[in-house]
Amino acid sequence: MATLDSKTPKGPIADKWTNHKNKINLVNPANKRLIDVIVVGTGLAGGSAAATLAELGYNVKAFCFQDSPRRAHSIAAQGGINAAKNYQGDGDSTYRLFYDTVKGGDYRSREANVYRLAEVSANIIDQCVAQGVPFARDYGGLLDNRSFGGVLVSRTFYAKGQTGQQLLLGAYSAMNRQIGRGKIKMYNRHEMLDVVVVDGKARGIIARNLVTGEIERHSAHAVVLGTGGYGNVFFLSTNAMGSNVTAAWKAHKKGAYFANPCYTQIHPTCIPVSGDHQSKLTLMSESLRNDGRIWVPKKMEDVKAIREGNLKPTQIAEEDRDYYLERRYPAFGNLVPRDVASRAAKERCDAGFGVNATGEAVYLDFASAIQRYGKEQATIKGLNVNDAALVKKLGQEVVKNKYGNLFQMYEKIVDEDPYETPMMIYPAVHYTMGGVWVDYNLMTTVPGLYAIGEANFSDHGANRLGASALMQGLADGYFVLPYTIGDYLADDIRTGPISTETPEFDEAEKNVRATIDKFVNNNGTKSVDYFHKRLGKIMWNKVGMSRNEQGLKEAIEEISALRAEFYSDVRVPGGANEYNEELAKAGRVADFLELGELFAKDALNRTESCGGHFREESVELDGPQKGEALRNDKEFAYVSAWEYKGEPKDAVLHKEELEFNDIELKQRSYK
Amino acid sequence: MNLTLKIWRQKNASDKGKMVDYKINDVSPDMSFLEMLDVLNTQLIESGDEPVAFDHDCREGICGMCSLYINGEAHGPDRGVTTCQLHMRKFKDGDTIYIEPFRAKAFPVIKDLVVDRSSFDRIQHAGGFISVNTSGNTQDANAIPINKENADKAFDAATCIGCGACVATCKNSSAMLYVSAKVSQFALLPQGQVEATDRVLNMVKQMDEEGFGNCTNTGACEVECPKGISLENIARMNTEFLKASLKG
Amino acid sequence: MSGLLKSSIGRKFAMALSALFLMIFLLQHFAINILSVFSADAFNKASHFMGTFWAVQYLLQPVLIFGVIFHFAMGFVLEIKNKSARNVKYAKNNGGANSTWMSRNMIYSGLFILIFLIIHFIDFWIPEMNTKYIQGDFSGMHNGEFRYFHELQEKFVPMWRVALYCLGFVFLALHLLHGFNSAFQSVGANNKYTKGLKTFSKIYAIGLPLGFIIIALFHHFNHH
Repeated sequence: MATLDSKTPKGPIADKWTNHKNKINLVNPANKRLIDVIVVGTGLAGGSAAATLAELGYNVKAFCFQDSPRRAHSIAAQGGINAAKNYQGDGDSTYRLFYDTVKGGDYRSREANVYRLAEVSANIIDQCVAQGVPFARDYGGLLDNRSFGGVLVSRTFYAKGQTGQQLLLGAYSAMNRQIGRGKIKMYNRHEMLDVVVVDGKARGIIARNLVTGEIERHSAHAVVLGTGGYGNVFFLSTNAMGSNVTAAWKAHKKGAYFANPCYTQIHPTCIPVSGDHQSKLTLMSESLRNDGRIWVPKKMEDVKAIREGNLKPTQIAEEDRDYYLERRYPAFGNLVPRDVASRAAKERCDAGFGVNATGEAVYLDFASAIQRYGKEQATIKGLNVNDAALVKKLGQEVVKNKYGNLFQMYEKIVDEDPYETPMMIYPAVHYTMGGVWVDYNLMTTVPGLYAIGEANFSDHGANRLGASALMQGLADGYFVLPYTIGDYLADDIRTGPISTETPEFDEAEKNVRATIDKFVNNNGTKSVDYFHKRLGKIMWNKVGMSRNEQGLKEAIEEISALRAEFYSDVRVPGGANEYNEELAKAGRVADFLELGELFAKDALNRTESCGGHFREESVELDGPQKGEALRNDKEFAYVSAWEYKGEPKDAVLHKEELEFNDIELKQRSYK
Repeated sequence: MNLTLKIWRQKNASDKGKMVDYKINDVSPDMSFLEMLDVLNTQLIESGDEPVAFDHDCREGICGMCSLYINGEAHGPDRGVTTCQLHMRKFKDGDTIYIEPFRAKAFPVIKDLVVDRSSFDRIQHAGGFISVNTSGNTQDANAIPINKENADKAFDAATCIGCGACVATCKNSSAMLYVSAKVSQFALLPQGQVEATDRVLNMVKQMDEEGFGNCTNTGACEVECPKGISLENIARMNTEFLKASLKG
Repeated sequence: MSGLLKSSIGRKFAMALSALFLMIFLLQHFAINILSVFSADAFNKASHFMGTFWAVQYLLQPVLIFGVIFHFAMGFVLEIKNKSARNVKYAKNNGGANSTWMSRNMIYSGLFILIFLIIHFIDFWIPEMNTKYIQGDFSGMHNGEFRYFHELQEKFVPMWRVALYCLGFVFLALHLLHGFNSAFQSVGANNKYTKGLKTFSKIYAIGLPLGFIIIALFHHFNHH
């Protein structure tokens, strides 16, 4: 087992980034013109990186599998983006954001990276406002903030429930400017199918044109992956249908270590599964927990009556409701971090208190917020605060203003009016903290290959706080990678254009073609989705919200067997040289079937509970924290970085020891 | 419920294409429209046929990738939703449902129900941005207060998801609602003023070159827009364009 | 400024301006016609003034004719362009779900109005031009009396013409029901006055053609 060097600069944490920027190599503007960079993925990380690199003068080739860069799944992020601006004067600071993020991540993230993230967070907001991103404002015309889970300040900037959309469209507009200038060459409907490594350095990719089926070679001096997370390994998740691990997995197979695959965020507030036909799950923003109270009935007979349709939740008296988050965590209440809230929901549902037919749902109730806001408005407007109907109407207006689009979304899917009856929610896979291992410069273990945003592993530890994903994606793309990549590219100013006519490209293309040919000629009997759904079931049941040794061992065997079955029995209709969605899906699911196994293996290795990774064997047995997750800092304060050796079960573990110099390692308490 | 589907099948861009009938049984009213198509596709694949190609990604109404002209309406009969948010409870047992691609000369069909909307991107390349480089040294985000009404209107315009329902619905295949949403967003913000003239002229020029039709104010786009982008934006763009033309 | 008329927005702006001009003209036309219902004398005087005043005849009339021709020609050009923006038609299109019949069929209401206008020109304008500019008779008199009122009444004796005129006005109403508001939207007016404007436009679009219909019927049933 080897140890990994994170290349974190020396010195006090607050100065590391500044000093590092001052010392690293730069590429002179005239030479940037001679350098090509490939950026795969056009979400917040990839999009902002592509735009910024092009602004700096590099020749950028950007790739996305969607029909436009604007459709990357960052667009679906709802709640907001954190930044240590302290506009609310509530004591926020870079240090506090840093501290909250490390603590929220259950002390499994790299301190220096997180500090840098907190440091550049304020710049992101400035940059986005300058681009014309319409953040929410108050009546004085200044930016508004809201509060998110796991913190005690209001530092989240937002644009209704569509913050991700607005930020992504900002990055997209910055890209458009560079596409218009010819500095970014955009490849829509292209999927990266391999990284090409020449003389130990990443020098290009093999991509498939999803419209024509053509296999293309693209070369560059460096390759950046901003390809998002792998939550779709569970089949059902809040990710987009096309979100996949393929780019990251191909990089892994070419030598990039894969870090902490088992760190997955199960988001507590999603719309519950309605049936077998379900293709994806829809998130209801965490911001709803600002105003919504989570509960289940206290009495089993009420639960039964609800399931049989004989009782409405609004008919249950206040004293018969169990606001279990407020009960268990009085300090943070409904705003505990996501992992804690999800496990608490599962605990109640496992105990039989789930409130829908499947027994997997809890209530998220806005009645008291509607009352509170309604009274406030009535007072402001000088109206009768005792007029119940009026108060409700005024209150509903306020709630509509804040969360209108989310409520509408809920109503369309569930066919119930959340202004009148509590929402039903249940945890669902949402985000993956694990990803390609990167050093402080965001470079993977393959020189010249970078991973940014959700695709890498670095900043969120074992659990990500709300509104931090957008922050990290944009921090990496706008403010970190554009500097650090220069340090590497400074050695490439005399290299000249990279040829695609080399044995390495030949080999990579040959392999890609072989896989595609195998799929289209397989003539099996089952659709790709059939296997994907089965993989998802194994993952959810045995590698989901709570994990144990036996289940994980079974999962590894089952996934391995499923993979074999997949290759022998999958049916991919259509040909290789045409638009073929099933073929694209087959390639993605093949990679999920390998990743899933590594995922379980990583979870098996980590016998502690931390953040989103909960091992049933590791819980507090006594004291005020009884029943809560138990971390083991002595043995597990490290990053697991897996090296590819053929089959996932043969992967070799490398450790990056995590040092905490500026934050004391403590049991996370939200009580 | 049991349904008859009439779906546009077209092998590739050069194929002529035709409507083909399919039967589908046991559709649950809780399914989304695309989940219903998933079921159809699984049937087709397992019986050795080619599945129906359609665009989709986020399936929560925000990415703008899904399209479909369902029973003569963009994104189907429901209001304020994209096709992925349309649920089968909007249909009745025994219904016949027409499913066609978004049609416009500027949206050529790639395959079946998949169309090429890159013309939309090219309009954005022409001016859908504010020219500010990434530096970390732009002025503080609170340096320019923005009147809440304008900020909210800019936001409303900015919620356009670029799905193309406006074009598909418009009897003239006009892209005015789409283009005006971006022009309006920036016209309402102080940051957008500097380049306002060039922006509107360049974007409209590109829009015209892409072969979209002319707006005749039928208002169909506003009704079918899943995000409820207002016609007010088109009026604003008209004013902006006129101002810019007189200046330039 | 150059190229304004080549752009899509410039063209719709031109359509709107010509429409607004024509709507003002219609109002003026109506104002004179309605006199005929109340006073033959007043109608004769006003008609004579309009028919002989140099500014009306040599300035406004050509502008008006240009406006009419422009509005029609541009309307057809745009329709052809717009049609060609969708090369494959939908197998099923439910236009009624999202827009009014009037807004989708401006070209047809317009076409019918054009047919009506041609007949109207043959009925009134060409004889006028003949009398004044070919025969050189600017007196406006016939058998020692103003001829305008009599000519008007004679025209509305045959039932078929009255019916045709009424139908023309119905199409005019349909055209205006969309066109009036549309013109304002095209020139960029969509603000707090829009709601009021919509009401006003409805009154105008129905009221004005209805007025013309009443005049036609009045003369049909009251000719001496």
